Amino acid sequence: MPVTIKVKSLNKSFGPINAVRGVSFEVNHGEVLGFLGPNGAGKSTTMKMITGFLEPTSGTVEVNGFDVLDNPIEVKRSVGYLPEGAPAYGEMTVKSFLNFIADVRQLTGSHRQKRIDEVVDIINIKHVIDQSIETLSKGFKRRVGIAQAILHDPSVLILDEPTDGLDPNQKHEVRNLITEMSEDKAIVISTHILEEVDAVCSRAIIISSGVLMFDGTPTELIAKSDRSDIDHAFRIITTPTVNGKRETSAQ
Amino acid sequence: MSPLYSIYKREFTSYFVTPVAYVFIVIFLFLTGVFAFYIGAFFETNQADLEPFFRFHPWLYLFLIPAISMRLWSDERKSGTIELLMTLPVSITDAVIGKYMAAWSFTAVALALTFPMWITVNYLGNPDNTVILASYIGSLIMAGGFLAIGSCISAFTKSQVIAFVISVVICFMFILSGFPMVLDIFQSWAPQAVLDAIASFSFLTHFTSIKKGVIDIRDVIYFSALIIFWLYVNVVVIEAKKAS
Repeated sequence: MPVTIKVKSLNKSFGPINAVRGVSFEVNHGEVLGFLGPNGAGKSTTMKMITGFLEPTSGTVEVNGFDVLDNPIEVKRSVGYLPEGAPAYGEMTVKSFLNFIADVRQLTGSHRQKRIDEVVDIINIKHVIDQSIETLSKGFKRRVGIAQAILHDPSVLILDEPTDGLDPNQKHEVRNLITEMSEDKAIVISTHILEEVDAVCSRAIIISSGVLMFDGTPTELIAKSDRSDIDHAFRIITTPTVNGKRETSAQ
Repeated sequence: MSPLYSIYKREFTSYFVTPVAYVFIVIFLFLTGVFAFYIGAFFETNQADLEPFFRFHPWLYLFLIPAISMRLWSDERKSGTIELLMTLPVSITDAVIGKYMAAWSFTAVALALTFPMWITVNYLGNPDNTVILASYIGSLIMAGGFLAIGSCISAFTKSQVIAFVISVVICFMFILSGFPMVLDIFQSWAPQAVLDAIASFSFLTHFTSIKKGVIDIRDVIYFSALIIFWLYVNVVVIEAKKAS
């Protein structure tokens, strides 16, 4: 499997705060990487650096062989990105918004309309297509954000909390969608829902306070807990004071 | 379709899906009329020209242009759409120029809708239409100058109100830079050469000759340089502040 995303000793500091410290990992084609960590751990910051929104203080990011600082446009072309909170132009209708994305992504000809129809169908937003985005519910806004990210069928997909704010049925749909797409893409998702990692991810990474704490398969993550409990494993890795024994005796 | 044009198109149509465009155009037409007929004494001067109409454009633009430009970047930053925009395969320069051109085109539409003034003056007399055309072009170029300032200022803040107020103040200084109220600030300590330079920045001075129907190449260069300068700063500011 060819390596698609290559992150090497990435650092990002905002003034005195070191948000990301020496994070390195790789994502292969066909993999779904789950990005875990407590709030403020540096997940979103790392994703913003991969997509070229933020410049790293030091370290490199390569996507499909292109360095994100040297060839930002090339990287942005091959990446589909759902930013945190799924921002979109509220006054636009779903249809005009997707058309705008298709314009910027330079989709042309018959392929363009076909692709828009396809995505609208996959994401299930057909009946809100003429509604302005600001009138949509949180779940639909999130779906429009995902639709926008996959419109140009990118080889790399970065989704920041794609299931946040969705109801259980919608979560299930999005997870299925991710699994379906994973075959011919490299996908990175961040999430707080640990079952999601087990359900859709082929690999998991945990960062805490900007430092990479774990990199392995979900099975390996679960094995970190003596109770085979993924939540417990997450707590052991991200909170230094909790170890298996103390946690058990406290209960 | 190039990314620049896609951004231009999106931005331009976005004016018309909200009431902003219609409110702006109505107010603009109403005020240009009021200024021309009542304060400019369009009828009383008994001359077949549009000087009383164009004379007040700098003062109308002072408040109306920042009202258009204030949302250009501050809104993107506040709503977080800047993250979407900056992770699409578009350069910051393209984004800045695309949005700026959209706002400028919108101003052009508003200005073009003052055509009844032109019809009126042609109905009442025999004006020199080349002078009127030159004045329209000059007015549009000056609007472009105001817009470039406003666009740049809106990149500095997430608050549209702050963007509006600061833009008005800076535009006001550019209008009046040849007048004592601005020059006095520099009089006591700056050398004469600097004072002359500041005085030559005045929008009013440059607009006065255009308004008479003379499109002097120096005035065009002045406004072009001004626009390029502010848009360049705009790009630099977005680069630095997009994520904060």
